[in-house]
Amino acid sequence: MAGQTQINVDLAEAMVTTAPPLADWLVVAPLVIGFVFGALCLMMRKDTGRQPAIAITGLALMLAADIGLFWHVWQNGTVAMTMGRWLPPFGITFAADMLGATFALVAGIVGLAGGVYALEDVNQTGRRYGFYPFLLLMMAGVTAAFLTGDIFNLYVWFEVLLIGSFGLLVLGSEREQLDGATKYALLNLVATTLFLLAVAYLYGTLGTLNMADIARKVAERRDAGPLFTIAAMFLFAFAMKAAAFPVNFWLPASYHTPRIVVSGLFAGLLTKVGIYALLRIFLMLFEVERDLLAGTIAVVAAATMVLGAMGALAQNDIRRMLGYLVISGIGMMLAGLALGSRTGLSGAVFYAAHSMVVMTALYFLAGIMGERMRGFSLREAGGLYSQAPWLAGVGLVLFLAVSGLPPFSGLWPKAFLVKASLDVGAWWLALAILVTGLLTTIAVGRTFAFAFWRERQVPDDETPAPASSKAVVGSLLGLTFLTIAVGFYPEPFVQVTDRIAGELLSPQAYVDSVFPTGAIESEVQP
Amino acid sequence: METAIAIMTGVFFATAFYLMLSRHIIRILLGVAILGNAVNLTIFTTGRITREVPPIIPDHAAMPEVAIANPLPQALVLTAIVISFSFFAFLLVLVFRSYQELGTDDTDEMRDAEPRDEPAPPLGY
Repeated sequence: MAGQTQINVDLAEAMVTTAPPLADWLVVAPLVIGFVFGALCLMMRKDTGRQPAIAITGLALMLAADIGLFWHVWQNGTVAMTMGRWLPPFGITFAADMLGATFALVAGIVGLAGGVYALEDVNQTGRRYGFYPFLLLMMAGVTAAFLTGDIFNLYVWFEVLLIGSFGLLVLGSEREQLDGATKYALLNLVATTLFLLAVAYLYGTLGTLNMADIARKVAERRDAGPLFTIAAMFLFAFAMKAAAFPVNFWLPASYHTPRIVVSGLFAGLLTKVGIYALLRIFLMLFEVERDLLAGTIAVVAAATMVLGAMGALAQNDIRRMLGYLVISGIGMMLAGLALGSRTGLSGAVFYAAHSMVVMTALYFLAGIMGERMRGFSLREAGGLYSQAPWLAGVGLVLFLAVSGLPPFSGLWPKAFLVKASLDVGAWWLALAILVTGLLTTIAVGRTFAFAFWRERQVPDDETPAPASSKAVVGSLLGLTFLTIAVGFYPEPFVQVTDRIAGELLSPQAYVDSVFPTGAIESEVQP
Repeated sequence: METAIAIMTGVFFATAFYLMLSRHIIRILLGVAILGNAVNLTIFTTGRITREVPPIIPDHAAMPEVAIANPLPQALVLTAIVISFSFFAFLLVLVFRSYQELGTDDTDEMRDAEPRDEPAPPLGY
């Protein structure tokens, strides 16, 4: 245009001018792989024969990317990447610190195990309904939620994984499933909407959505806005997602209704996303508010774990018992959040990782048990030991692990949490953790005694017990092996969780990775 | 202007929560839909409302010359509308299907997943 004045703009002030190093692309690799392979499966929806191969390849690549990312972060510290070239806080940031990378890695392991288990568990009909596309999209959503550095983006990933989980939950549209799914869908949607409401108020108060930017600004604006109210809203919304008492009733109503592999993946992954969000938001953004809310969180934690274990005691259906054990585990992780000390947080993160693996494995085990017993009722259970001694061995390992008894993976995080509680004199919290352990032991011990040791209750109908396929057994054994390995050699895992706890308590490194030194001051003057 | 919209949002929230307290799924669903809109209005208002100044930088300048409307909340609301609308559509179908299957929309009667007469676990060998 003629007469246009030349404006000198230094683009480097506002935009990323050089390409990020190749290794940093690992931050987005897992979710890109998830979406690409999810889309591929969607395109080949009718080709149910080839879908599993594509999905397993996708899940394996996701896991490989997760491992690469974990290694990269372990070596080089938090890695951040900004989308659309605009420098943070304007572009949407993805940032992987040890917490996010570890959760993504464990989710990748569980996801791959689920994909393999589904080879047998999900039949042609389930595949035609779109099991694999939903699975990959849910996995992409879960991974992205762990890696995003933007709070509105976190909301979007919550919705992505939620819509994927809806699809998996109603696969088959049986009466029970529709009933469970209705309650699950409505309550989870309300929870994410309340999360969005809290995000709106946070934006109105601080004028930014980038988590690192919020962490920088929140200290100076502490008097200016109702941050305590906003923190309480986040607590409520995420507690509902994580199924903490008293907003946990959607979980036992729905988790036993879908196919067993779906139950296992939900139990392993979805509630932990809520826990992850609580850890991220309360330790990085609302440190002061966390101290104020610590008492409330501790009471909620104790109630959740004890009532969860008591709920498990009252169930006849093995799958429903496991649903209550998921809730009980959430209480453990919340206890770590309430304590807020390095040991406590280390224990909470360790417990979350342990719970992701063990709860999924327990549902897989229940699937095999149910297949052999032709039902999930404890009243009719029996005779499994004589049928399959190896299954009894696996069952014993997993039952001991979930109760937190030595020598398997549940022991260490529980020991950390009890020690952290006693360190600050919260003897009642330590007591709640130990009582929960006892109640859980009774619940799973009873299941073991009835299902494995007792002789067969229903008369044998002469048909041989169905042999479980290699895929089903392999995925169960893989997860069990992890539990045993962590239990016997916890040292490297403790190192990881200890470093995560340290990073959570001093989030400066995270902020620095998103805003490298000399980044522009983001204050926008009206 | 903010005051008026704040009051309207309050009415939306009150209506949404009142409807969600109902036992009937269809009312809960309407409540959820209104809740979504209430939250969208809240996001819109938290971005501060400025009238009639589009956020466009003129050709000869490097930054806007007067105070402009904040474009970010509009982007957020747009995202949230798309999500809440698609969820509403999905839920509508889901609820209709479960009404067909279960023959009731009363949450107290929807006990297929958690039957009332579920037996207690065995108390001894």
